[in-house]
Formats: sequence, C-alpha cells, structure tokens
Amino acid sequence: MTDQIPTSAVRRVRIGNTAAQGGTRAFSVEVGGETCLPFLHFEGEMPLRPVIAWEIPDVRPDDWVETVREPYAAVLDDPAAWARLAAEKMGARLLCLDLRGTNPDKQNRTAAEAAALVKKVLAEVNVPLIVKRPGPGEKGNEVLTACAEAAQGERVLLASAVEDDYKTLVAAAIAYGHTVVAETPIDVNLCKQLNILISDLHFPPEGIVIDPLTGGLGYGLEYTYSVMERIRIQALGGDAMTQMPFISFVGQEVWKTKEVKVPVEKEPRWGDRTKRGVLWEIATAVSLLHAGADILVMRHPEAIAAVEKTIDGLMKKG
Amino acid sequence: MKLTGLQIFKLLPNKNCKECGFQTCLAFAMKLAGKQAKLDACPHVSDEAKEKLGAASVPPIRLVKIGAGEREVLIGEELVLFRHEKTFYHKTALAAQVDDGMDAVTLAARAGAASSFSVDRAGETLRLDLIAVKETAGDPQKFAAAVRSVKASSPLPLILVSKNPECLRAAIEAVKDSRPLVWGADAGNVEKVAAVAKEFSVPLVVESGDGIDALAALAVKAAEAGVEDIVLAPLSNSPAARLGDFTQLRRRALARTFKGTGYPLVMAAGGSGYEGAAAAVAGTCKYASVVVLENPEAWEFLPLLTLRQNIYTDPQKPLQVDPGVYKIGEAGDDSPLLVTTNFSLTYFMVSTEIEASEIPARLLIAEAEGQSVLTAWAAGKFNADVIAKAVVAQGLDKTVTHKRIIIPGYVAMISGDLEDKLPGWNVMVGPQESSDIPSYMKDVWAKA
Repeated sequence: MTDQIPTSAVRRVRIGNTAAQGGTRAFSVEVGGETCLPFLHFEGEMPLRPVIAWEIPDVRPDDWVETVREPYAAVLDDPAAWARLAAEKMGARLLCLDLRGTNPDKQNRTAAEAAALVKKVLAEVNVPLIVKRPGPGEKGNEVLTACAEAAQGERVLLASAVEDDYKTLVAAAIAYGHTVVAETPIDVNLCKQLNILISDLHFPPEGIVIDPLTGGLGYGLEYTYSVMERIRIQALGGDAMTQMPFISFVGQEVWKTKEVKVPVEKEPRWGDRTKRGVLWEIATAVSLLHAGADILVMRHPEAIAAVEKTIDGLMKKG
Repeated sequence: MKLTGLQIFKLLPNKNCKECGFQTCLAFAMKLAGKQAKLDACPHVSDEAKEKLGAASVPPIRLVKIGAGEREVLIGEELVLFRHEKTFYHKTALAAQVDDGMDAVTLAARAGAASSFSVDRAGETLRLDLIAVKETAGDPQKFAAAVRSVKASSPLPLILVSKNPECLRAAIEAVKDSRPLVWGADAGNVEKVAAVAKEFSVPLVVESGDGIDALAALAVKAAEAGVEDIVLAPLSNSPAARLGDFTQLRRRALARTFKGTGYPLVMAAGGSGYEGAAAAVAGTCKYASVVVLENPEAWEFLPLLTLRQNIYTDPQKPLQVDPGVYKIGEAGDDSPLLVTTNFSLTYFMVSTEIEASEIPARLLIAEAEGQSVLTAWAAGKFNADVIAKAVVAQGLDKTVTHKRIIIPGYVAMISGDLEDKLPGWNVMVGPQESSDIPSYMKDVWAKA
C-alpha cells in the first residue's frame, strides 16, 4: 500500500569537509535523511533541507541564452570570480563546477588545467563543491581523477558515474575521500543496479547520490518525476540499494529549450522572455522537489531565490 | 473500493456461456477488473451483483462540471495518488482571477488576454480554463456588473468568488445558465450560500481554515442542504500544511470511508509573480483540480500549462503523432529528409530543432507504437524494414531527388541494412541528440 507510513529512511550524504573533518570548507552540506515522502511532516521526518547548487562553467558559456548570462556578465570569463560572486554575494551554499571545457569536441582543456581550476576555486571560496565531467570515457576519467586528487580531503561530489564507466571514478573517490553521483537513464532497476555495482567496489552507500536523469519541463519531465517517486517509495519501503538522496541537474536542461530562448517579439503570446525562462527553471525545480529531489543544480539567480523561498515554505512545520 | 478480478468473479453466474464474448466467466472478470470490458455484456448477471459492481465502479472523487458548452470544464474522478499507478485523469483547471474593483476596460482586457491564450504543443492545444471574478465591496450590483463585463469578453466558464449570498445571487442571475462555480461557503454562511447554490443548481466550493475534519463536516452540511456538486478548499497556513492537507484529503477520498471528502480540491495560488506560479506548480503536482492565479501575466501561461501537460500525460499511453511526412518550412522534393518515430515528444523535439536550423526539411514519421527511438528499436518497431516500408508507402522513393535519408544517431547500426532495403539510396547517420540537429544540418548536410 502506498499510503502506509514508511519506516525506512533515505541515507544521509555529507558533501564538504571542515577543518575538523580534514578539509578546508567553512561548513559541510548534508542531504537525505527523509523517513517520509517529500515534505509530509505530519507522518515522518524530513530533517534536512533540499540544497541548491549553483552551476559554474569552467569556460565562458557562449551558448547560454543572454537572459541567464546577463546576471553573471562581469564574471563570464573567470570561473573563480564567478564562484566568489555566487558564494559571497548571492548566498550559494554549494557550487557545481561544470568542466564542459574539457570536452574533446569543444575546447578540449586538459586534465591538468581542470585540476588547477578546482584547486583555485577551493582556494577562492570556502563552500562545498560538486565537480562535473562533461561525459564518460577516457578523457572524462582522466579529468575527474586529476580533479579528485587536487581536491583531496575536501569531500567533493564527483559527477557522474554511469553503468558503462564507473570504476575509475569510484576508485578516485575512494582514494581521495570524495562522494559520487550515480547516473542512470530514468529506470528504477538500472538505478538500483548501479548502486549495487558501486557498492561492490567497497564504496560506502553513504557516499552515493543518485541522478535518475532530468528531463526539463516539456522535454520528458514527467518521466523523471515518476521514476523519482517510484524510487523513493521503494526506498522508504526498505530497499537499501535505492535509499540514496537525489540530485537533479535542472539548469542545463531548462536553459537549452526553445521556450526560454524565443524572444517575445517572435511569439508575443508567450510573454516576457526573461521571466518565462526563470519560471521554466522554477517549475522544473519545484515539481522535482515534490518528487523527492535533495540537490537541485540551477542557473538563474532569480529562479534560485524563488525556489529557496518555496523550500522555506515547504520545510516550515505546522 | 476497487474490486479484484477474483472478487468480481464470485459475483458472476459462473455459467461459462461465452455470451459476453470471453471463454470463461473468470476471463470476463479479469477484463472487468482491468476496465477492458463492461458488465452489460453479461446477460445473466444478477441484480445484486449489478448493484455491488455498480457501487464499486462509482469513482471515489465526484465528477464536477463547471460551465456549459464547448469550454465546459470537468474535474474530479481521480483514482490514484501517484500518476505512475495509472494516470491523473481530469487536468488541473487553471483560472485567472480578476476582481470587481477593476474598471470595465481592465476587466475586459484581462479576461480577453487569459481566454485568447492558445499554444499548440506536442499534440495538445494549451489553454486556460476558467476566469475567477472576486467580489470586494459587498455590492451586488457592482459584482454583477463586473461578472457581466467578464462574460462579454470571454467564453471561459466562471468562478464567482464571494461570501455574500446576495452578491452571489445577483452575479449568478447576471450569467444565467452558464453554470459558474460558486466560491463560496464557509462555517459562517454555509446555510445561506448552499441554498443559493441549490436554487440555481451550480457547483459550490466549501472552504475552511480549521483543518480537514472541519472542512469535511462543512461539505456534509452543504450536501445535506441539497448541494450535490461540491469542491473543497482547505485554507492552509503554510505551503507545507497545504501539501499535507491536499495529500490527506486525496487519500481519504480514495479510501471512500471518510464522509465529506469525495470531492475535487481547489487551491488559490496566493501571491503574484514567481511565488504564486511556484504554488501553482505544487498544486498541479499534488492534487489540486482547480488552481486560481491572482492576476497572472502572459509569461506565466506557457510554463504552467506545459507542466500540467507533463503531469497529466497518461504514463501508459505516450502521446503519439500520426505517421506520415511533415514539412518543416518551405520544404520540397530536394530538401533534406529525416526520419524518426511517432512518439510525440520525439517528434516535437526533432521538429523544433529542424525549425531552429532554418533549413527547410521533411520529417518522415514512422509508426513505432508511440515509442522513443531507442525503445522502439529495441522492441523491433523501428528498424530498416519499418523505415523502408514507410519511405515506399509515402511515395518518397519516387519523389525525393537526392535519394538520401538521415536516420537518428542512436540507430546508426541499421544504416547498412537500410541501404540494402532501399537500393540506390544513401543512408546518412544524424546526431544522437536532437539538440545537435542544427549544427548537423549546417555542417554535414550542407556539405554532403
């Protein structure tokens, strides 16, 4: 029965080490711990607030539509300054460094350059960090291994392990004390399977965050929404290998859609482009919060502010 | 309560007469449980069984109709807590709210803007459903005049928002026979407002800020006063409390054992701008059958209606487009020819990206049972055979001048097979992701 009060809990995952924990972060971010479906405080515990990670690209994001580039106009060429702006001026408590520039089909930046950037960002800001490779494969492994070493002891979240390519990434996480994202394509059993494979390498389940793949609003959101609900119901029912917190890469899916790009002059009925795009990101994020998202990776400061406010309201008990 | 196949079987005559079209009564019972057959097909069923099965087939949440005619809105009849269990059924109706403090010009403009919004997206026309008119001055004539102005500039059914029975009476009479939803009744006025709703046979919202038990008790009162079509408005004091109230009301309704809960729910997405819109998102996901937006602006409509489309898509029946050849731009026999499956989302994404490439093209949609490219390929529904047959069936083998076809990158493995099946054709392998189509068209097609 789906309406029974569940008794099992989602595991708690901590990202970032403080000095006391062997790192240099000012604080760590912990997610998970739910014993109920999202925000149903009347029948269970949701001890930890979902967290928004601010996306910081490693190279100038010329492909971003100007409405989401504009708030970052002063720092587009400087990821370290961007990180500082987000953490110190805009209140970010978690950053996601997107190493898109290491993609061999794009700028093809080297693993050493990526590692140097990770070091620099860790030195510039004292908030916990997610480090994301552009995709699996030899180059992605080389990049993330170098970054894992550069961030040794900081307990960053390395993204993402996939079924065909998880061993190198998990080995780097074990060697240098980090956590990992396990990414699977919108399927309960594949999700569980990858968690088992990663655990078989003696990696603790308390270091895994799951990404069931995010479809943006209008582009498969309903599949993500339902697979997250199904995974979470299974987790609360006692299935240990699905009891991991969720991460949803919202910003990258939202800001590539036609609906956030088309100017109002071309589609007058669609209304103001900036606000339409911000709401596209809010709507994707808020619906996924209701499906169980624990970490949301987002882009636009106004969307992030609105979703933080929504989380405030949903975390307020009574 | 929903009956299982075996429970239904026990109520059937067990003659195995096959007159229903099935081999055995058990087979028929299983079909009944799966809603793939109707009880009328059995000529021998007893009255007692009919009554039991009939009661079980009444939906746990009442169907409520708002408005009349072409834009009539249906809400209720929901069967599940989670869309993956079956589907969410009657889409959340979105309402734009105006009030009688606005002048006639403003009212007409806002009502007109809300009701003229219409966008075709992935096989559905997205539109707003309702206009809510709020009474602010306790003046029946003023309220009726505002309602008349709105009605004159919008074909959408109305929600009349007032606690004042005289105002409601004046407004209902002003738009006679249009079956507005009246919002409504609370602990202080339930007798009087229920009497008005009953007199005019209009659906009624009952609201309470004192918890869901008090709300259900109020609904029972309205029902006892003779109102059949009721909509519940729990007035919760925080978003978390609201989610809790909506969730518990849906659970109680589905359980069928709690009096006064078997009705659809309505939510006022308080606050304007992003805050109100975020509340509307929550309401759409979690059990609101009607969401009222305060003075929404144009940029809110497309995201909120797209979200509703996503959440209310039947998970068992992916939206499909008709197989055939679709022209994108001024395409002709010498334009690029691409092929993909008839899964609506796939079609939508691919056609959107071809449009973005600004190179006119034709898109061949093959019948693949509404599945995405990789799923259809794995199921043998989207292979060289299927594509070659679709090319011939559409006469493309005779008309396409360049004899080239672009297949999705995910099915690159069928390119050789397809060239065998389409002699003289050159099969080009396109990108895996639709977002790479514009650069493919510019870099690869243009140079091919």
